[in-house]
Amino acid sequence: MRNFSYAQATSRADAIALLQQPETMSIAGGTELLNWKRIGIVEPARVVDITGIPDMEGVEALPNGGVRIGALTKLNDVAQHALIRDAYPVFSQAILKAASAQIRNLATIGGNPLQRVRCAYFRAEEPTPCNKRVAGSGCSAVAGIHDKHAIFGWTEDCVAVHPADPPVALAALDAAYVIENAKGVRRVPVQDIHVMPSENPAWHNILGNGDLITAIEIGAAATTSAYLKIRERESFEYATVSAAVALDLDGDVIRRARIALGSVAMRPWRLNATEQQLVGQRIGSSEAVAAVDAGFVDARPLSSNAYKITIARNATLRAIELAARAA
Amino acid sequence: MSDHPGKISRRTFMRGTATVAAGVAVIGAPTEAGAQDLAPSRFSSSVTVRFEINGVDHVLDVEPRTTLLDAVRERLQLTGTKKGCNRGECGACTVLMDDRRVNSCLILAASTDGRKITTIEGLADGPVLHPVQQAFIDHDAFQCGFCTSGQIMSAVGCIAEGHAGSNAEIREWMSGNLCRCSAYPQIAAAVEAAAGEIV
Repeated sequence: MRNFSYAQATSRADAIALLQQPETMSIAGGTELLNWKRIGIVEPARVVDITGIPDMEGVEALPNGGVRIGALTKLNDVAQHALIRDAYPVFSQAILKAASAQIRNLATIGGNPLQRVRCAYFRAEEPTPCNKRVAGSGCSAVAGIHDKHAIFGWTEDCVAVHPADPPVALAALDAAYVIENAKGVRRVPVQDIHVMPSENPAWHNILGNGDLITAIEIGAAATTSAYLKIRERESFEYATVSAAVALDLDGDVIRRARIALGSVAMRPWRLNATEQQLVGQRIGSSEAVAAVDAGFVDARPLSSNAYKITIARNATLRAIELAARAA
Repeated sequence: MSDHPGKISRRTFMRGTATVAAGVAVIGAPTEAGAQDLAPSRFSSSVTVRFEINGVDHVLDVEPRTTLLDAVRERLQLTGTKKGCNRGECGACTVLMDDRRVNSCLILAASTDGRKITTIEGLADGPVLHPVQQAFIDHDAFQCGFCTSGQIMSAVGCIAEGHAGSNAEIREWMSGNLCRCSAYPQIAAAVEAAAGEIV
């Protein structure tokens, strides 16, 4: 690993100022940056350690019924906090199905969405065409190994999926990232932080130099919710497909459904058509099944990942039933 | 190279060793208009850390790139902590930091100032083994032994967290520790037994 120079930020404003230096990156949990450096994905000249910034850790209830989570809160601490566990089971479950216990003790909830794609070509230690590694170099995966890659929103320039679990649950909960920079504070809906390949295949997310995720805000409690993660081994593995579902029910009739899929696109993928058609339908009815199918009309497989459409559709159906049972 | 911010800079930076060398030379040099003149002096290429390892205070000067794992093994000669994958994927390097289990390969030593670290060498009480160590022996919970120190440190953390309530729970919460000899049934049994003894 090449050396770099190092500074510890003492406040949010201090971090934002330091991060405006060229070739400077932040480190919090460190579970990604050190591996990027080992592989050669990034070579920052300077690294700003943001873990000592006060007031960026913890979970607090908001007056409107929602919660605010400091960006530096560790994954395990978020998932096991009573406010999260009881009010947002889909989010707690998604976190606890991510990574390993040790990594969840290090990784922060604000850094988690900034992990990069797990495409083997992007993570290759030998030079391999990848537009996310070297812009304009092409995509090796579109005609290569891509059985875990996208079924929604891909282009010939990038077919990778975003691998994180927690943002899938957050997308279903209409949560927002609070992002600060030298100009002020803005709130960005969770699914909008990632950049689709049609917008720019080389980019990972919308954050620029000096942008700092400081918190996550979630709205009203969603107790009737569940997260289902399908993967090739039972633990410590990225999703083949995941489904986050939050329901409002009247008996077994759906008043409102919010559904996001993970590992199917470069961002958490809301099933808008399904959500609309589920309103007024009974859990387990043939109409509900048809509504789920409607969400996959625009799914588009690569040559060797059509199986993911079937798995995603069935995972959605199962996650709806799991959420309904949580009521 | 130019000083475009963000991803463009990163990508340009990737293209060759010449630009990487140029990037390193930038340290401490005047920066773009608008950036704070004082800021470069805040960055240093050597960091002094004071931490407690296994009850003993240490002061170390480290390069920022030095991981806690390398500091423990190479500088302090505490080689019980193993370097397996060096990517956070195998758990062999697990230590306790402020009593929480973490992958020491993913931590910069520079960030551990003021922390309390426990490695496998710090578990036993003189000649008396820690209950988890003894349970691993009693249950024959290893073959080659390379993953064992990480397994034991992770198990100590797992039990302290209250996630050792059943065999299934232990397997889920110990999934960050791989054993290529596949001693998992014995490991889970050892953790279960030790949890019963400690609680």
